[in-house]
Amino acid sequence: MDSFLNTFLFGAYPYIAIGSMFFGSILRYDRDPYSWKADSSQLMSQKGFRLGSNLFHVGIILLFFGHLVGLLTPHWVYEPFISAEHKQLLAMTAGGIFGTMCFFGMIILIWRRLGNERVRATTRFMDLAILLLLFLQLILGLLTIPVSAQHLEGATSMIALAHWAQGIVTFRPDVAAEIAGEPLIFKLHILLGLTIFLIFPFTRLVHIFSAPIKYLFRTGYQIVRRRG
Amino acid sequence: MTIRAQIGMVLNLDKCIGCHTCSITCKNVWTSRGGVEYAWFNNVETKPGLGYPRNWEDQEQWKGGWTRTKSGKLQPKAGSKVGLLTQIFANPNLPEIDDYYDPYTYEYDHLKTSKESKTVPTARMKSVITGKYKDKPDWGVNWEEILGGEFDKRRSDYNFRDIQEQMYGEFENTFMMYLPRLCEHCLNPSCVASCPSGAIYKREEDGIVLIDQDKCRGWRMCVSGCPYKKIYFNWQSGKSEKCTFCYPRIEAGEPTVCSETCVGRIRYLGVLLYDSDKIKDAANVPDEKDLYQSQCDLFLDPHDPEVIAQARKDGVPDSWLEAAKISPVYQMAMEWKIAFPLHPEYRTLPMVWYVPPLSPIQSAHENGMMGSREGSGGVLPDVDSLRIPVKYLANLLTAGDTAPVTSALERMLAMRAYMRGKTVDGVADQSILDQVGMTEYEMDDMYQMMAIANHEDRFVIPTNHKEYAGDGPFDHELAFSTRSACGFSFGTGCDGGEIKRSNLFGSQTHPNTMNGNALGAQTKGDGWNTSGDQS
Repeated sequence: MDSFLNTFLFGAYPYIAIGSMFFGSILRYDRDPYSWKADSSQLMSQKGFRLGSNLFHVGIILLFFGHLVGLLTPHWVYEPFISAEHKQLLAMTAGGIFGTMCFFGMIILIWRRLGNERVRATTRFMDLAILLLLFLQLILGLLTIPVSAQHLEGATSMIALAHWAQGIVTFRPDVAAEIAGEPLIFKLHILLGLTIFLIFPFTRLVHIFSAPIKYLFRTGYQIVRRRG
Repeated sequence: MTIRAQIGMVLNLDKCIGCHTCSITCKNVWTSRGGVEYAWFNNVETKPGLGYPRNWEDQEQWKGGWTRTKSGKLQPKAGSKVGLLTQIFANPNLPEIDDYYDPYTYEYDHLKTSKESKTVPTARMKSVITGKYKDKPDWGVNWEEILGGEFDKRRSDYNFRDIQEQMYGEFENTFMMYLPRLCEHCLNPSCVASCPSGAIYKREEDGIVLIDQDKCRGWRMCVSGCPYKKIYFNWQSGKSEKCTFCYPRIEAGEPTVCSETCVGRIRYLGVLLYDSDKIKDAANVPDEKDLYQSQCDLFLDPHDPEVIAQARKDGVPDSWLEAAKISPVYQMAMEWKIAFPLHPEYRTLPMVWYVPPLSPIQSAHENGMMGSREGSGGVLPDVDSLRIPVKYLANLLTAGDTAPVTSALERMLAMRAYMRGKTVDGVADQSILDQVGMTEYEMDDMYQMMAIANHEDRFVIPTNHKEYAGDGPFDHELAFSTRSACGFSFGTGCDGGEIKRSNLFGSQTHPNTMNGNALGAQTKGDGWNTSGDQS
């Protein structure tokens, strides 16, 4: 890939995408709080929903945290405990299992969204778009597993990708060069991932930010508001 | 002791004629919008029947309300906080749209736009959700109206528990009653408890339970958490909505729309004072049958000087204390003991109470079809051999305890007998009063309240006293900041949700779905086309 394009896509685009996600979400939360929601379609049809939604959500949440920890933990932190090769194997196995869970969950959800008359009728463009994009991203992710399997020796790809990700969050200049030579499948996976960040505030994905962890810490059950 | 006040409601089922005026006026005001076509904040059911949504009363199916754990703790029936969060991706207890009904409308526009034809043009039925033609509706909000449908379906009514219901399917033994239902604005609401976002809250000053539409994230745990199924998921906005008790009217001292428009004058609104520190214990008594009494024990005597002093200390305005003294709700629930909470066994401590229906009893008695109450000299019928089984009413209103319901029915029968004697025969029969343990004054008051039911007696609603909302009374800053406010809106400033500033974060939330046009046809165009342009 031509160097300018590489620098733009892996040096600048990440900041554009993350910036859009960050500021877009703040803007939406502030300007249009009524639109901030999970947008469930469960009321329309229950068929296959429990299995599909649970598989998808559990799978994708574990995948997300796997990526977060896997990519952002510096080499020297995990080195005393696990070799890079073993870490890569762990990532491939865990990613494979959760990815498969998520895959089957999404198959059910897509089948439901397109196949159920009511769900389809109440689907907005972005609902379907984000579902298909996530599905494509999941397939790209799963396809990286066989590619990784060919590069077990020294886990160079994994280290390079982690370096790149750490470089992005620590604002290291010239970070794009880190992965210029990596296989195309990784690059596509990264680019689509960044694109999902880019459109994040314009989709129902914003409900992720509202994960109601606070509920666990509510004193008692009731909420009473004073006059005002 | 911490004293709070709530506007409660009583519905006198004895006078409900099932005209659905309450439902229609409520619908026109509150749920005539897209996404809530299927929702009726107020609906009237014919009992016995499964109701709306189907079989809502059976919490073994829906897991609404509260349960007492083995260790004696009160928790939502659907699970602990951790348990509820594990159900957040797919709520196993959520009703489906068909449990309510597939909302439909008619292609009215075709009547005026159709080309000349040999036959009269018709307005065909269409599903509001899919926009597809339907040949006939398959379920509705009042599907079982006046005992519609076979008894074989209606017999699974939850209130038939511990009753040999078979005989009530026979024509000679059949019975029916109406049950208007709305949000109970509970003292111990399980919707509030199961909302992970903390969007649902109870207002301290008048007890109204509301959903903060800007905080609701659509996790839909409240929909299943409410045992009365009175929270509805707006499938367009993705948020939950519920009866607001017409709070803008209540704040101004006006009755709710359903109450104001009730042609039978069956609804009553008034202040109840209660001790909010005791709510938890009252909802947690071990025996379900004690729940009615434990809730009564929460209510405080508005004439008691100690109660008044404490209430003032806790910030209850004087006008509310005065209103509490003449509250029709307090009189019916606490003084005459003729009103009861709906399904106290859900442990939510509901605040919309019901006077059990009487009419079928009296007419049967007059026809000589049943025995008289022992010692009444043939004046009062025996309520235990009535057309509507007392056990059925008790299952509905007192968790199955028949004694309080029997007593209430006897008092209402006594009122009729006594007043008839007094006004028709000119004889005030003291023995009737003695039998039901009431004085002449009490009976006169009860007659005035229930039979005459003047507007000013039915609705004793003090205004909200917004001036107490700030740090001190009459906070100028607050007054100025809320002047010319928009009232009820959809988080989009002063518009009603139809026009948004932008479509950046999703399409419009409230297109008109009831005009007979397919939803798809509207959103494909500019989204605002409501003329009959569909194929």
